[in-house]
Amino acid sequence: MIDAVHVVWITAGLGCDGDTIAMTAASLPSIEELVAGALPGVPRVILHNPVLAYENGDAFMQSMRDAAAGRLDPFILVVEGSVPNEKNKAEGYWAALGIDAATGQPIPTCEWIDRLAPRAHAVIAAGTCATYGGVHAMLGNPTGCMGVPDYLGWSFRSTAGVPIVCVPGCPVQPDNFTETLSYLLQQLAGSAPMIPLDEALRPRWLFTQTVHEGCDRGGYYEQADFAGEYATLKCIVKLGCWGPVVQCNVGKRGWMAGIGGCPNVGGVCIGCTMPGFPDKFMSFMDEPPGARMSTAAVLTYGRTVRALRQFTVDSMNREPDWRRPPGDAR
Amino acid sequence: MSGKKLVEMTWDPVTRVIGSLGIHTRIDFDNREVAECRATSSIFRGYSVFMKGKDPRDAHFITSRICGICGDNHATCGVYAQNMAFGVKPPALAEWIINCAEAAEYMFDHNLFQDNLVGVDFCERMVRETNPSLLTKAESTSAPHADVHGYRTIAGIMRALNPFEGALYNEALRMSRVAREMFCLMEGRHAHPSTLYPGGVGTVPSVQLFSEYFVRLSRYVDFVKRMVPLHDDLFDFFLEALPGYERVGQRRVLLGCWGAFQDPDACDFRYQTMSQWGREMFVTPGIVIDGELITTDLVEINLGIRILLGSSFYDDWEGQETFVRTDPLGNPIDRRHPWNQTTLPRPQKRDLQGRYTWVMSPRWLDRRSGAHLALDSGGGPLARLWVTALAGKVDFPGVKATGRGVKIRLPRTARLAEMELEWKIPRWSNTLERDRARSYFQAYAAAAALHFIDRGRKLVHGGDTQTWSDFKVPDEAIGCGFHEAVRGLLSHHMVIRNGRIANYHPYPPTPWNASPRDSFGTPGPYEDAIQGSPLFEENGPESFKGIDIMRTVRSFDPCLPCGVHMMLGGGKVLELRHSPAFGAQVGGPP
Repeated sequence: MIDAVHVVWITAGLGCDGDTIAMTAASLPSIEELVAGALPGVPRVILHNPVLAYENGDAFMQSMRDAAAGRLDPFILVVEGSVPNEKNKAEGYWAALGIDAATGQPIPTCEWIDRLAPRAHAVIAAGTCATYGGVHAMLGNPTGCMGVPDYLGWSFRSTAGVPIVCVPGCPVQPDNFTETLSYLLQQLAGSAPMIPLDEALRPRWLFTQTVHEGCDRGGYYEQADFAGEYATLKCIVKLGCWGPVVQCNVGKRGWMAGIGGCPNVGGVCIGCTMPGFPDKFMSFMDEPPGARMSTAAVLTYGRTVRALRQFTVDSMNREPDWRRPPGDAR
Repeated sequence: MSGKKLVEMTWDPVTRVIGSLGIHTRIDFDNREVAECRATSSIFRGYSVFMKGKDPRDAHFITSRICGICGDNHATCGVYAQNMAFGVKPPALAEWIINCAEAAEYMFDHNLFQDNLVGVDFCERMVRETNPSLLTKAESTSAPHADVHGYRTIAGIMRALNPFEGALYNEALRMSRVAREMFCLMEGRHAHPSTLYPGGVGTVPSVQLFSEYFVRLSRYVDFVKRMVPLHDDLFDFFLEALPGYERVGQRRVLLGCWGAFQDPDACDFRYQTMSQWGREMFVTPGIVIDGELITTDLVEINLGIRILLGSSFYDDWEGQETFVRTDPLGNPIDRRHPWNQTTLPRPQKRDLQGRYTWVMSPRWLDRRSGAHLALDSGGGPLARLWVTALAGKVDFPGVKATGRGVKIRLPRTARLAEMELEWKIPRWSNTLERDRARSYFQAYAAAAALHFIDRGRKLVHGGDTQTWSDFKVPDEAIGCGFHEAVRGLLSHHMVIRNGRIANYHPYPPTPWNASPRDSFGTPGPYEDAIQGSPLFEENGPESFKGIDIMRTVRSFDPCLPCGVHMMLGGGKVLELRHSPAFGAQVGGPP
């Protein structure tokens, strides 16, 4: 019976620490619940994350060295930020963590991934930079950076036989991350089967539906009621929203505590959970090419049902005739 | 002249900050002082490189990703720069919504940083491991404001800050979520907003939106009324119990603040009128040198910015294109100004005596003296409050700048009656005053949010629900945005050619604060604040934690997606030699 699992978290990819910060925003479960072992049957988390660590400098690095030497067992490796190509230049580093005692030089982040991934019981790529490269892998970038599956190989398996688990999002939706982590904890404890992942290595239960399929503005689309400017309640697909073709649950789940999101609250979906992000979705504020055809196709049907429904709404807004007081001519 | 045994100590990475930071020091244990310090960052991503050629409307979506804790500050600053370049003025309601969001960001971020990251440096476990005699004293010292915050002794406050166990640590985590929910109401998601656009916001204004924000804000106000007196008690205890602690992290008063919260009645986002509307911001922009407010003019501030490379891993851009020769008012723009910068990364080995970091050195040229000043942000709040106080311009329900300080009035809430707090200009720019200002600015942001929501709600009640103005992207334009990131001064400079981004350079607070020695040899503010700082930690070299140094670094609220390096314990003794002054060369490269 596994009572506790170390979580070794590298934030020293090319990222923004936004996924660590998102983790502190999660409430289902919260990080303090995972650390306290508050959930029955879920192993307690011993967290090694630089943003929240009590330890500092070399004392913090000790946990990384221990994990690399097989002295932290078992551990889950979380990688945040994209992985730079350190071979595309003569010397130096794009991303590093800690100091090599022998040379006095910084240790490239890639080297830590090389040391830690082969010993990890599971590897989680947190956020779109770590999953597929993200914003920092945008066309024209100097660092040649990539996601963890591109770096370790898409067929990578952990010591427990688990593929890389990708939880994309820029940043990751808070509860999507802690929920995935607690699933893996339960899997390691033997109380959950192999985590179900799609072809892009995303947990299926989180990323099968498109934004549009869960969007509370979808009804406007069906009725061909498209916004021509931001800040209305209508469907914003003609203003740049990619929701119809983006796999993400944020429209339904909200950002935190059910609040916020993207198109459901007036923000165009820019596709941040997808491997094609960001380049294939730019310019973000232009109508997606595919939307031009689909919105045209829905026009006749949408306008007709909208008119018919309005007729019915008006009818339903009147009380039945026999309930009216005598002399009411409404 | 004194004989000094210097011990090399490096902390890399410095934890409990955002990003990768290293601090490299040489410590004089005999005299309990830091002799020398260098700050390093070990990450490069290249925003200014890959943004070239992109759609200018995408700028704020992209630049938000610079930072995962205050990305929305970047997005907002980017939108300010876009609004100027596109010539668009958003409707007033959009500005109130953005102000509500940014106030929530300050409330969340200061809260999380103060009690979950900085707070650990003051927690019972840390004090026990670094200053056990101080902890003994804290056990028997009553907290003066115990009736307000509920912790009887100073040691009680310290225990409450113990990570994942202390009541205050956990309460702060929970409150940081409440404040982030407020942010998500206004801009969809945190830290990278979804409903923020050039021209305004896509947020749908409704009675429900403001109500859900307002109820949460009231809970936060109740919380912050306890936090300000609590932190006063904690920091005052250090100053009283450790005489001379005010010298920890002290540096010359060289503070910059670029202003926050636009007033839609004044701001039209035109460069030509920026001097005027900048002064109407609800946090005044300005520069304080040695206690004197030398400007509140955003145009003057803009013209003085210089980017020096010094000890950083970049090639100089001499010979590259000059994008902007004069600003829209006809003022000449320097070659070393962000509008004219070209970023040319040159990865290389770290050499602490040469080039050692990915952070450049922004400086502000003081035309009076010709000096390139290494301004700092005081972690954000210290500069914001100091400039606002001296300018004496801010006066709205809840907040009043008095010339000597800032008065903040918070209304009755669940547990506590109406309360007036007064932040007074301190005698020093030092570690504890940076930390103290952070608590007061949480109260400032809450009071400001109450005002913003009142203004926004009035518009909605009156039926004015417009939150976005249309615009066209010009073929050729320039723009700049000035804002306050949570941890201080923030600017974005954009050049548009042929309808695409030709140049884009964001300058967040951390390059100012974490910058290395510049081309003139002037150390950056972290380095400067740490060099010469006394040490009060009771541990010797073998078990040294560097707590006073870490408190100093963290007082700036580092957010590098960068690094301060020190090695713990068993530090290597460099050599014995006579050394004429702090910062002098001792031995070869470490």
